[in-house]
Amino acid sequence: MSPSGRLGPEAGGESVSAEAQATAVPETRYDGSALLDVEHLQILFPIKAGLVIDRQIGQVHAVDDVSLALAEGETLGIVGESGCGKTTLIRALMRLIDPTSGAIRFRGRDITNASRRALAPVRREMQMVFQDPQASLNPRKRVGQILGTPLRLRGVQRSRIEAESRQLLGRVGLNPEHLNRFPHEFSGGQRQRIGIARALAVDPRLILLDEPVSALDVSIQAQVINLLDELQDEFRLSYVFVAHDLSVVRHVSDRIIVMYLGKVMEVSPAAELFSKPIHPYTSALLAAIPIPDPNENRARSRPLVAGEPPNPVRPPPGCRFHTRCPRATEVCRTVEPQLTAYAGGHLAACHHPQNVTAHELAAASRSAASPLSAGQEKPRRE
Amino acid sequence: MVEDSLLRVEDLGVSFATEDGVVRAVDGVSFTVHRGEVVAIVGESGSGKSVSVMTLMGLTRGPNARFEGTAWFEGRDLISAADAELHKVRGAEIAMVFQDPMSSLDPVYRVGDQIVEQIRVHEPGTTKAQALDRAVELMERVGIPHAGDRLRSYPHEFSGGMRQRVMIAMALSCSPKLLIADEPTTALDVTVQAQILDELRQLRDDTGAGIILVTHDLGVVADIADRIVVMYAGRVVEQGTLDEIFYDPQHPYTWGLLGSITRVDRDRSQRLPAIAGQPPSLLAPPHGCHFRPRCPHAFKRCVEVPALIARVREAPGHLDRCWLSLEHKRGLRVVGDQIGLVSGEAVAP
Repeated sequence: MSPSGRLGPEAGGESVSAEAQATAVPETRYDGSALLDVEHLQILFPIKAGLVIDRQIGQVHAVDDVSLALAEGETLGIVGESGCGKTTLIRALMRLIDPTSGAIRFRGRDITNASRRALAPVRREMQMVFQDPQASLNPRKRVGQILGTPLRLRGVQRSRIEAESRQLLGRVGLNPEHLNRFPHEFSGGQRQRIGIARALAVDPRLILLDEPVSALDVSIQAQVINLLDELQDEFRLSYVFVAHDLSVVRHVSDRIIVMYLGKVMEVSPAAELFSKPIHPYTSALLAAIPIPDPNENRARSRPLVAGEPPNPVRPPPGCRFHTRCPRATEVCRTVEPQLTAYAGGHLAACHHPQNVTAHELAAASRSAASPLSAGQEKPRRE
Repeated sequence: MVEDSLLRVEDLGVSFATEDGVVRAVDGVSFTVHRGEVVAIVGESGSGKSVSVMTLMGLTRGPNARFEGTAWFEGRDLISAADAELHKVRGAEIAMVFQDPMSSLDPVYRVGDQIVEQIRVHEPGTTKAQALDRAVELMERVGIPHAGDRLRSYPHEFSGGMRQRVMIAMALSCSPKLLIADEPTTALDVTVQAQILDELRQLRDDTGAGIILVTHDLGVVADIADRIVVMYAGRVVEQGTLDEIFYDPQHPYTWGLLGSITRVDRDRSQRLPAIAGQPPSLLAPPHGCHFRPRCPHAFKRCVEVPALIARVREAPGHLDRCWLSLEHKRGLRVVGDQIGLVSGEAVAP
């Protein structure tokens, strides 16, 4: 088990859960113990118009003031519907997209504005696996070349590269003899394994996974998820796992962030998010997921939310979810909720939280991860 | 029961001649759809589920395609029907909703005009004004707000969920007796998916239409289906009612499929019981049972093709294609939470 401790039900011991809590509470992130921390990150995409001179006529609020911290050995899941900013966020962490404002720190070092040269050693420790393995592997290069380049960058001797490549292929469950094949000669699941092998080649500490299994068939999904699990234990990896499929995220994550329209709605230890969702949006997401068990499906009541996410160019004022929220009141329409820290590292940005007792509410405090534009109003029970 | 059957597919076979050889995409598929029933066809990519339903609509016809078997719908065989005859059935009596609503709507025509065209083709007496009224009615019925205004919008002005609603509105326009939905919610977010599934359920309840739902998502299946057809490498490996397939699955592939899904209502176990290997190439499928190379329980008899027959005495409608005896299977299968384990190696502690 990793030192940070999994927050799953198996982490029963007193010391383990206390330790896990300490790493789970984002307030600890300023002491530099976190592997990766992100502060008030904002990413706006300009919308331009005009024939000769580009005028900026608006902005897409893709990621709007998001703070998070990732402990070593931890798997952080990020979920949300399309357009919630999860992919933009993870790409910005890798510095594939430049943030508008805010800070990204890796091992306490600010990489928000680092140059390509300064980023090189960081990227050796932080790698990414993309959603579409077809599009993220160069179709004109053989697997040996695809794996050889990162190995060379790591400083592996030329004579050792082939042997190391074979070993990598074997480790991700592919035939080491297939070194001379092209990506198109593999199936989707196998290609994703090549993408994982390429990320592993530089011996990283952190792998950012952007929907790594959503393009795969269920039986192949399970294989890839199992592989990621084994690799994490073997190489002591940390993961940031982005997916729209809550059930996949639950299976892999220690902690989960729920995003909606560029904002963090809820952050919670994985199991607790499902047993005790605080934000109404999380409940709506959970209710919408069909459970692959006919009897349980018949038994549960499923309050569905109406409508679809609003346009991120003109996000609604106040709480972004208020247009679809069954609990919304006047305060939700005008004041952006603060991110409130409840017990056990469970955060939620909601004026009318559910599943919390009066006692828990009294003990809750404003989290430093709250957006800067959030109001001072404390959450209330009705 | 016989009276009630809307569509009876018998021994459907589809082969395509390709440069690399003949691909037998669908091999002896039989199933029945009754009125007011949702039949889900599940399987992974390449299992032949989409080809089967597209063949019913005549959408796979071409110089390189060969068909066998019959598909009886309202006294007509859809497989041998002439193109002109099929044209009358398609859209009017059997409607289809596709996975990607953007590529199945015409981007240069207004949404209203596309629905109107569909109505007027199949009901030539209708005036444009009448058809427009019907279009508004249909769009309101599938939950498109401000339908009167949205008639004049182009498909790109709609979100994915709204486009799929337009597709369903078009499919409903001629009150079809059978609706074929090919992965209708795969491209949509979960909250919108739940809304669309509600629309389909509503349609079934209101009109008594039969629905064939093609999907790989067992959650969706558990939510809406009455009966399930499980396909693997072009063949039906098991079929039965929702509860039979989920609580008493007979084929090791079904076990694997049920076991390898991650579930939102379950805590993480150490490992998912995955099915090893990958689906076979249909150019040269394995002899006998197609699942044999991936099946941990295969034995020497599996080189012969097992018949699709009822093996559970109490459930005559529950068919499967596996040589293992019932007693043997009961011993292999772990019941309860861990149903679906394919191999002993994957048992979670």
